[in-house]
Amino acid sequence: MADSPAIRQLPREGLVAGMRAVAPIAIAVLAFGASFGILARDAGMGTVAPIVMSLTTFAGSAQFAVASVLESGGAVAAAIAAAVMLNLRYLAVGTSVAPSLAGGKLWRLLVAQLAIDESWAVSQRDGRVDRHRMIGAGLVLLIAWCAGTVAGVVGGSALGDPSDYGLDAMFPALFLALLVGQIDGRRARVAALAGGLIALALTPLVPPGLPIVAASAGAVIALGVRA
Amino acid sequence: MTAVWVAVGLVGLATVALKGAGPLVFADRPLPRTFGLVMPLLAPCLLAALVVGQTMADGRALVVDARLAGVAAAAVALAVRAPLLVVLVVAAGVAAAARAVGAA
Repeated sequence: MADSPAIRQLPREGLVAGMRAVAPIAIAVLAFGASFGILARDAGMGTVAPIVMSLTTFAGSAQFAVASVLESGGAVAAAIAAAVMLNLRYLAVGTSVAPSLAGGKLWRLLVAQLAIDESWAVSQRDGRVDRHRMIGAGLVLLIAWCAGTVAGVVGGSALGDPSDYGLDAMFPALFLALLVGQIDGRRARVAALAGGLIALALTPLVPPGLPIVAASAGAVIALGVRA
Repeated sequence: MTAVWVAVGLVGLATVALKGAGPLVFADRPLPRTFGLVMPLLAPCLLAALVVGQTMADGRALVVDARLAGVAAAAVALAVRAPLLVVLVVAAGVAAAARAVGAA
């Protein structure tokens, strides 16, 4: 993170840097993958569907939402709606990745799937996304998430609830650490403050997933202050 | 079971489309200028929202629980410039301890 922007990373170095950056959090992702697998199995999703879902949807909160709704006997439409709302933020995240991608359209579409909160967050460099870092980080997290899911649906988890180990607190701690590195001026400070406050204010008022979508308005608000 | 596959298929397709829409639309042309200005600010903005959501949100409720203790401890670790791995371990350890003593 302290590297000079003048140092152009070779793709391989970028990939490895991305893999390293998410290595600690990958353990938590693995554990939560197992809890998703267990919940999905208990929800009657079988063994194959949860694994296919981890490979294709690859977004923790949305997958937990689907499994929870189905487990409590809720309607499929409600499960889908909840998951789509939780993933709406990826429209903004994906678009912010767009200028960094290269290659054909199918390749771009595939690489964009590796953009999840954690991989996107650790690959921010100089106001844009370093795609090699994001690919390295995304692949490690995808492997951890899917391996955890397989372990969960097949064998359950030897660990029990990952929250008992405080693993759920690792995610906001990672985002906080990355946020500190992003606060490099007045506008960034205003953007962070506005984003945090909007999320806080809207959480009790709108369905889960929408507060963070609305929070992206904080970035626009911040444009209004002098840099 | 069919219902399960419908959910898995539709959520998967929707997620692929949400992540891929921007990269496909802007594959051959540059992002609009406004978006280019907003983009560097999106990271601090969304990171702050993620911190708030993952620390205090439980569905539609705002709650104070062990996660907040863990994240507060992580903030202290960050303030004394601890390495990232230490920050994450401190967050997990304090949250686990808070939960163990029954702070929920």
